[in-house]
Amino acid sequence: MNRAIRNSWIVAVALFALILGSITYVQFFAVDSLNNNANNNRQLMQNFCSDRGAILVGGQAVAESVATDSSCKFQRTYTDPYLYAGLTGFFSKTAGQTGIEYSMREQLSGTSSDAFFDRINQVLTGAQPQGRSVELTIDPAIQKMAYDMIPDGVGGSIVVMNPKTGAIIAMVSKPSYDTNLMASHDANAVSAAQDKLVKEPGINLNGSSAYTQLYAPGSVFKLVDTAAALASGKYNKDSVLDNPAQMPFPGTSYTLPNYQYGQCYTQTKATFAFALENSCNTPFAGIALNLGQDAITKQADMFGFNDDTLGIPSGVTASRFPGVDGKLDGPELARSAIGQQSVLVTPLQIAMMTSAIANGGVQMKPDLVKAVRTPDLKAVSSFTPETLRTSTTPEIARQITEWMVSVVDNGIARAAAVPGVQVAGKTGTAEIGDTGLNNSWFTGFAPANDPQVEVTIMMPKVDVATGAQLTSPNASKLIEAVLKK
Amino acid sequence: MSQLLTVNKPRRTAELGLLLVALAVGIMANALVYINMARRFDTDFYSQSAILAVLSLAMHICVRLRAKYADPIILPVAVALNGIGLAVIHRLDLGSATGDNAGPRQWLWTSLAVIVAIAVLWFLKDHRVLRRYTYISLMASVLLLLMPLVPGISAGDVNGATVWIRLGPFTFQPGEIAKLTLAVFFAGYLSSNRDLILLAGKKIGPLQLPRTRDLGPMVVAWLASVGVLVFQHDLGTSVLFFGLFMVMIYVATSRISWVIIGLLLMVVGGAAAISIFPHVNKRVDVWLHAFDPQYIAAGGYQVVQGLFGMANGGLMGTGLGNGRPNIVPLANSDMIVASIGEELGMIGLFAVVCLYGLFFSRAFRASLGARDAFGKLLAAGLAFGFALQCFIIIGGVTRLIPLTGLTTPFLAAGGSSLLANWILVALILRISDAARRPIDTTTPKEPEEVTAA
Repeated sequence: MNRAIRNSWIVAVALFALILGSITYVQFFAVDSLNNNANNNRQLMQNFCSDRGAILVGGQAVAESVATDSSCKFQRTYTDPYLYAGLTGFFSKTAGQTGIEYSMREQLSGTSSDAFFDRINQVLTGAQPQGRSVELTIDPAIQKMAYDMIPDGVGGSIVVMNPKTGAIIAMVSKPSYDTNLMASHDANAVSAAQDKLVKEPGINLNGSSAYTQLYAPGSVFKLVDTAAALASGKYNKDSVLDNPAQMPFPGTSYTLPNYQYGQCYTQTKATFAFALENSCNTPFAGIALNLGQDAITKQADMFGFNDDTLGIPSGVTASRFPGVDGKLDGPELARSAIGQQSVLVTPLQIAMMTSAIANGGVQMKPDLVKAVRTPDLKAVSSFTPETLRTSTTPEIARQITEWMVSVVDNGIARAAAVPGVQVAGKTGTAEIGDTGLNNSWFTGFAPANDPQVEVTIMMPKVDVATGAQLTSPNASKLIEAVLKK
Repeated sequence: MSQLLTVNKPRRTAELGLLLVALAVGIMANALVYINMARRFDTDFYSQSAILAVLSLAMHICVRLRAKYADPIILPVAVALNGIGLAVIHRLDLGSATGDNAGPRQWLWTSLAVIVAIAVLWFLKDHRVLRRYTYISLMASVLLLLMPLVPGISAGDVNGATVWIRLGPFTFQPGEIAKLTLAVFFAGYLSSNRDLILLAGKKIGPLQLPRTRDLGPMVVAWLASVGVLVFQHDLGTSVLFFGLFMVMIYVATSRISWVIIGLLLMVVGGAAAISIFPHVNKRVDVWLHAFDPQYIAAGGYQVVQGLFGMANGGLMGTGLGNGRPNIVPLANSDMIVASIGEELGMIGLFAVVCLYGLFFSRAFRASLGARDAFGKLLAAGLAFGFALQCFIIIGGVTRLIPLTGLTTPFLAAGGSSLLANWILVALILRISDAARRPIDTTTPKEPEEVTAA
């Protein structure tokens, strides 16, 4: 009998060995796969209610977790939400996360793999888990200034960056929204706010329109044509371009008109300087037809078009050339060359293109994150300029810069001039169908010989006069403000 | 003093020391809940801690007076587990979005259960008395098992199983008590009839087959298991009853043939159950495909959320009050193991499992030491039943086996389970006292193996 009792005990112990094994599997070996399961919202809820790191701008928190009395121990709170909504994004339990809140989530929640020793320390000391704070490259004064330049009701975007480092100094867009609405602990309130916000035209919950929204670039795209032309060897700085008032396409009824404002109509032959100063259409259409679609695409790619992988660290919508049309016929290529047809860009893409020209052809990776700090404010990583790609040669960059300077000095971007500073710039006016309204662009940098600041302004759906007033003069003010710092 | 045989010492002081440790574990766990959930230490905390201490000490004194030689580990282990359970249930009440208030009821039941255990230990001076009630126990078991099906007192279908009765404000699972009465019946029946069962019957090869008429009680046990499954939809209890009987008949006969027959019956029964009963079939499906889209939000939700919780706790746990165990349905009863795994981590859950292991091992030790066949069988049955119950529920929660709704001994919220398990403590203490008590030297010493041949 005792042997049977002992055997029964052995069976019981074996059963217990099995459950110890299954517990070990669940709580040790399968932890990562269970935590990362798409249906597991625990980690999210854990983060949602935990002491997440702050997002800092100029030393001040623009997003921070404030202790509450409820079971959800911290409430994410945004100060100045309208000004920073497009950058910080929001952290919601039910509606997801966007912007920096999403792209830097591991650092902010303290769950990144390099925070492992922090977590061990928390376990040993019993401290509440605490995330790391993320400091942005944004200059709050410039950010505010840029934001105020966009009139309410105009869905514009402004990007100010350092062309030599890629650090984004300001990035704003309107309309904006109150991110606090999306971070509420009340799921019903969040879903009501979300329903309302997604219906408002121009609001993009995924991030600022400056890097998530695509617009027709219009004439600022002519910088791509110019770079492609010089790179091909078929053109040089002294080339004389055809500048007809109308460009007919044999076999079709389509004719491409030259730019109706400015001086284009005064001559039928043009230098690059003249064509750029007056933003003439037909010379660049001619270049594109001469070089072919592939050469233009190649140059566009070198400026960062069609790149789905860029993150600042929030994901940037890829700009498109040639866009949805794929293989372009003659008229389509001509229209694409002047930034119409289905060419689409983000304002950030234009800023990156101009920055590459400013930086001797080397495109720096744009970035919003200046530093990541531990709860005791020790920086664990800090901003290091990163080369993204070589967009063009230093010679071509220098040549285009020279022409862009004359656009501001003698051409249609005169309003961008800053006393005592050599400003390089280019405007764009992309027609939106037959509405008579345009996407009005300015992109440029200064000082031309030692670029410190790049400014890109985009004001959609405005008439020509309003566009001219909202772009170049504001660029001048922003350049001046940044250079004064 | 130079005897070769070691004389068992009462070890009551050791029990008291361990009891203080056990009390400290439970009370400090509860204190952690207060601290981590930012609650002030209210009168509830002090009164509840005092109640737990007084009850445990009362039980200890009862053991001193009435079961001086009882195993000193059993009571502290039970107190520690019960204390942890109370703390975790309190923590789950505080974290509940729907305002659960299982804590006070659990305190009430704990008090009642310990008092009943004291009474059992006090009045049941010799466990062999129970042998007289062999067939009454069988009757009682059948009645207890039928009660949830009786209109008027049945609490109906709760979470898919008809195992509850309602008496005024209280609900009760009579099946919990039936485990004890069935064990008493099996022990009584087998200790009386084991010689017959052993010696009669055909022999085929190495297998000694039982006579058909000796198969009677086995068939009864099988029918009881199947009945529970068919009428009450309670797979876990069904398996538990059958396992209980299997072990007891094996201990009684030492015949592996019985176990093989039993396992075959179980396989046949299980296969039939899967194909006949949709709820069993569904449980198996959910178990195999818990993470599939069609189950993850429906039938598999409970077990999957439990696993997510345990993974969230990982090795060290989130700390009591810092996890989110309330996401899991039935977090304070069926799934309390997942709650503990999340907040106390793998380390904490291992500690709990080790306490269970200690508990059933001491019960087996009592069975080994018992000097009568009835005591041996009862203790072995109760010990194995307890271990099997832990295996079925913890294995279910960790997705080792399909999840079935069994209570987690001493931890889960629920009065019937507490009551049954505290009576179990009293019975094991009683049997271990008999096992360890030095044989009175004034009467001739019986050969050790007379009853345990």
